[in-house]
Amino acid sequence: MALLEVKDLKVHYPVHGGILGRVVDWVKAVDGVSFTISEGQTLGLVGESGSGKSTIGKAILGLSHITAGKILFDGKDITRSVRKNRSPFRKSVQMIFQDVYSSLNPRKRVLDIIAEPLRNFEKLSKAEERKRVDELLAIVGLSPDNASKYPFEFSGGQRQRIGVARAIALKPKLIVCDEPVSALDVSVQAQVLNHLKDIQQELGIAYLFISHDLGVVRHMCEDLTIMHNARFVETGTREDIYNEATHIYTKRLIAAIPDIDPLKRKENAANRKEVNALYDKEQDVWYKNGRGVYDLKPVSDTHYVAMQ
Amino acid sequence: MSNDTLLQIKDLRVSFRIEGQYYAAVDGVNLEIKKDEVFALVGESGCGKSAMALSISRLHNENYTQCAGEVLYEGKDLLSMTPAEMNNVRGGKIGMIFQDPLTAMNPLMRIGAQIEETLTYHTNLSRAEKKARALELLERVGMVNPALTYDQFPHELSGGMRQRSVIAIAIAAKPDLIIADEPTTALDVTIQAQILDLLDELRTGTGGSMILITHDLAVVADIADRVAVMYAGQIVETATVYDLFANPLHPYTRSLLHSMPSALTEEARLHTIQGIVPTLKNLPRTGCRFAERIPWHNASLHEENPTYHEVTPGHFVLCTCYKTFALGGGTHGTA
Repeated sequence: MALLEVKDLKVHYPVHGGILGRVVDWVKAVDGVSFTISEGQTLGLVGESGSGKSTIGKAILGLSHITAGKILFDGKDITRSVRKNRSPFRKSVQMIFQDVYSSLNPRKRVLDIIAEPLRNFEKLSKAEERKRVDELLAIVGLSPDNASKYPFEFSGGQRQRIGVARAIALKPKLIVCDEPVSALDVSVQAQVLNHLKDIQQELGIAYLFISHDLGVVRHMCEDLTIMHNARFVETGTREDIYNEATHIYTKRLIAAIPDIDPLKRKENAANRKEVNALYDKEQDVWYKNGRGVYDLKPVSDTHYVAMQ
Repeated sequence: MSNDTLLQIKDLRVSFRIEGQYYAAVDGVNLEIKKDEVFALVGESGCGKSAMALSISRLHNENYTQCAGEVLYEGKDLLSMTPAEMNNVRGGKIGMIFQDPLTAMNPLMRIGAQIEETLTYHTNLSRAEKKARALELLERVGMVNPALTYDQFPHELSGGMRQRSVIAIAIAAKPDLIIADEPTTALDVTIQAQILDLLDELRTGTGGSMILITHDLAVVADIADRVAVMYAGQIVETATVYDLFANPLHPYTRSLLHSMPSALTEEARLHTIQGIVPTLKNLPRTGCRFAERIPWHNASLHEENPTYHEVTPGHFVLCTCYKTFALGGGTHGTA
C-alpha cells in the first residue's frame, strides 16, 4: 500500500476585484494531479517557477487550502484533518525549506529549534530532550556543542543541516523537501545531499523532492514527474525521463541543461535550437488551446505522458 | 601590455572594513582580459568574485571599502579616475548585467525610458533617434513585441524578459566590455539557456569582451573562452575553458568539478570538500589557502609563499599542491 496517495488534487486561489472585493477569477495553481509515494521512496517533482510544484508540497502539509481532490496517508483520508494542529499526520510529515536564512528562528538557540517538534508531540524530560537533540545533530554531522548557538553563527550548509535535523526529529515517514539545496554552493550542496541520502537509508523516510535542478533530481530520485501549467506532463523512472523523454516540454527542459563538457557546446546549442523550434511548432499537438495539459496516458508500465 | 589586451588588472586588493579593521576580500589578483573574449570567474559565495567585479566598475561603497592596485582599461587606471570620468566609463565603456533583474531596474520607469537613459548619457542622439535605437535594441535581445515592451514597466515582464531588458540597457551604448554578475542564476533552466544563447549571439554579432561571474561550472562550459577559479580572494587556476575541464589541476578546481551532481550521469555519492570556506576575518593570509581543506596532504607539498606555475602554455595554477593527484583520503569528511 502506498504511504501517500494524492488523488486529483486541485488548489485554486481566488482573485478578488471590484469595489466589493468579490471573487472575480481563480488562479489554478494545481489543477488535477494524482500520484503515490511508497515507503522509503523518493519522488522528484520538477518544474519551472510558477508551475505549481511548491503548492503541491504545501497542500500535502496543510499549508494551503485544498479546493478539490483527496489526500490519503497510510490509507486514511486526511484531506479534512490535515489542517488540525495535533493530528497524528502532522507528526509523520515534515518539511525542509529552501531558504535557510528565513526558515530558522533567529532568536532561538539550535537546541530550541530542533526540540520544538519534540516539545509539541512528545513529553520528554530536559535531559532526555538534550540527548535526542545531540543524537539528531550527530546524524547531520554537527557536534553537540553547537546546540547552544544561534542560527547566525552557522554557514548556509550548516543551517540547512539544522533544518534537516529538525525535520527528522519526530521520525517522520515523509519529508517534503522544497528546493532544499537551491540556495547553497555546489560543495555545500553535495554535503547536504549526501546527508539526505544517508538519513533515508538509515530511517527509511520517503521524500517528495521538489526542485528545478535536473542534475540534483537525477542524483536523488529514482522516480520523477515533470510539471507544467499546474499539471503533470510526464512521469516515469529516471531512465524513462532522461533517456526516453516523450513530451515536448520534457525534451525542452532536458535540452536546456548546460553540459559540463565545453567540447559539446556547438552540438548542444544546435540540439537546443532544434527542440525549441519543435516546441513552438507542436504546441497544438501537446497542449489544449495552447495551454491546457492533457491527461496522462501510459507509454509503458512506469512511463506516463500527457497527450491526446 | 600587448595589443589585444582590453583590461589589465594588476595586484588588485579590495578590502572591507570589519570592526574598524580592513580585511582583503580580493587579495592580489592579476588578470588580463583580451579583446573579444568571454572570461569566466568561478568560485563559491564569499570568494571575492563579486567584490572584484564591483571594484572594476567602482560600484562598491567607498565608506567601508579600500581598493589598491591598478585596473587598466585601454591603458588608463580606472581606480584613479575622477567620479565624472568614471561616469563616462560606466555604461559607456563597461556595461553591467546583474543577478536580479528586478532590483537592477527602476520600478517606476518604463523599459524604453531606462534604455534611453543610457543613450542620453553616452550618445548625442536626438529623441526620435533614441527611441528608434531603443526599439532596435529590444528587438535585438529577442523581445517578441518591442513596441509593447517599450511602454511597459519591469513588474509587467517575466523574469527572462526582464533580464533581456537589462541586457538591452547594458549593450545600449555599445560598450567594449560587459561585466555579467551571475546573469542567469535567478532564472529557470530553459530561460537560462535562452539568455546564454542570446549573450553568445550578441558577442558573435558585435564583438566585445565579457567578464562572466558565476558559481555554475556548467554555464562556464557553455559560454566561456577562458576561466579563472577563485578561492579565498585569490585566483588559484587560470586556463582556457577546454584545458580547465579536460585537465583541472588545482585540488579546489578538481573538488568543485567532482561535487556537481550531473544530469547526464549518476553517482552513488557526491564528492564534498572537508571543512568550510573560511570567513573574511579568518582567511589564512600566509601559505596555501586551500591547505586546511585538504589536511591529509603533507605540508611539504605546499609552497611557503605560493606562486603561479605555468603547467602548459596559458594554464596557470597557484601553489605546488596540484602535483598530488589523489582525490581520496577523507574527502567525504564533514564539517
